[in-house]
Amino acid sequence: MEFYIQLLISGLVLGSIYALVALGFAIIFKSTSVVNFAQGELLMFGAYFCFAMVVQYKVPWFWAFLLTLVFSLSLALIVERLILRPMIGEPVISIIMVTIGLSSVLRSIITAIWGTQIEIYEPPLFPDTTVMVAGIPISQVYLWSFGLAATLLALFGVFFKYSKAGVAMRATAFSNQVALSMGIPVKNIFALAWCIASVVSAIGGILIGSINGINIGLGHFGLKVFPAVILGGLDSIVGAALGGLIVGVLENLSDGALKSAFGLQGTKEVAPFVFLVIILMIKPYGLFGKKEIERV
Amino acid sequence: MLTVNNIEVVYSDVILVLKGLSLSCEKGKITTLLGANGAGKSTTLKAISGLLKSEEGEVTEGTIQFMGEKINGRDPEKIVKMGIFQVMEGRRVFEDLNIVENLRCGAYTRSDRAGVKQDIELVFNYFPRLKERKDSLAGYLSGGEQQMLAIGRALMARPKLLLLDEPSLGLAPLLVREIFRIIQKINEEEKTTILLVEQNASLALQVATYGYIMEMGKVVLDGPCEKLRENQDVKEFYLGIGEGGTKRSFKNAKHYKRRKRWLS
Repeated sequence: MEFYIQLLISGLVLGSIYALVALGFAIIFKSTSVVNFAQGELLMFGAYFCFAMVVQYKVPWFWAFLLTLVFSLSLALIVERLILRPMIGEPVISIIMVTIGLSSVLRSIITAIWGTQIEIYEPPLFPDTTVMVAGIPISQVYLWSFGLAATLLALFGVFFKYSKAGVAMRATAFSNQVALSMGIPVKNIFALAWCIASVVSAIGGILIGSINGINIGLGHFGLKVFPAVILGGLDSIVGAALGGLIVGVLENLSDGALKSAFGLQGTKEVAPFVFLVIILMIKPYGLFGKKEIERV
Repeated sequence: MLTVNNIEVVYSDVILVLKGLSLSCEKGKITTLLGANGAGKSTTLKAISGLLKSEEGEVTEGTIQFMGEKINGRDPEKIVKMGIFQVMEGRRVFEDLNIVENLRCGAYTRSDRAGVKQDIELVFNYFPRLKERKDSLAGYLSGGEQQMLAIGRALMARPKLLLLDEPSLGLAPLLVREIFRIIQKINEEEKTTILLVEQNASLALQVATYGYIMEMGKVVLDGPCEKLRENQDVKEFYLGIGEGGTKRSFKNAKHYKRRKRWLS
């Protein structure tokens, strides 16, 4: 039993990080209707930049963290301004192809600078001693990561519900043209969406990096976020968060169960996609995705 | 207050929609722009509000002046800030947002929080029905309520000039009268200048003081609304009234039909 509780907990932690990255993904999709295939690379770039600060330049963690946020903000702004803004008005499929190209470019830049070895944060961001919670040993890294991810998700929830910019983002998501007629600067909203996505991804990258170490495979994390986002419904931000948690937990539990029952390895990688297919068969718009509102 | 001077509008560099259109709006008055489908009424409004840009349209000739400043070619958000707000055709409320959030979007260009709160109450005053449902999603409102929300949302920007694109579209006649009554009230109480584009010519000519009639991208007739209402052509083609002030008689229609049969 304890084994499964352990799995559940690590699943929740992983899930909360998925949720964070899925949030970034959903924001871009919602406000600009672009599926961003470079999400995993944004995450990886953030994680590596932080690695460079902490390990290579020995910057204290607090400042390294802030610098990483600033870096990922500027990265998003540059990408948005140079690559995506000229594409406004082009068919969505071309923009999606551009993000695929962007992902390879970012990946190559990372490989060129940092190589492909697994690296770890030294000193670690969070102490890796375990604490006992209700009789179960949990690594502190997990607790901190979960706490940080959950806090950020809650903050963004409040941001979208109540702040002026958040409401404007949701309005832009509904219709760019109508938002324009309200005097909402739609281009700035697009840039803001990319900034948020990039920042949450970078934070996700740092968290996952301090749990598993960072390497070039981190980019696949972006791919794993797909099931989370689609599960939650591509256009729902709450859904993306819950989808992330569900995918994290399911992935860990099924992995553990199959491993102990049949000795099967590697279920982790496919499990989310299997669940995705099953759920989409039952609810084609995802768990929280909206059908178009229809008045009868 | 607003002067549109001899403008030409071209879509996608080739399609000429407005061919030398001129009109002006007097401060504090309701001006109406009438015309058949495809005459270019909505294009005129979009040219004024700057929304043409998002549809690959462009003002290629002429000028649009608002309070003495040339505004053609400016970004829509700048034009909204100057005090021109367009209520687009077909209501276009943000369906996934609730009523209050929709209203807050209308006030996006303002930064006085207290004023915005007050104005939400003001809008609820004009449209009590919106207050009853203020937390429900706009997508679930009825067509009339959505139109009220669209106009209310425009009021939130405290516009000096309100551009209304067919507020009567798809609404029941009784509701149309109510909306028009409120439009008139807004004009009187808030001193908002209004440019009203309509298909419902008889109502529009009743509430407005000055009218323009356009066809094929040009203004073909203009004048004070009392005069337009008396004009023989307007009566016949826009108000459906035949000679002698009666409704067009069925006899004439039949005559026309009979003749056509004879031709074939």
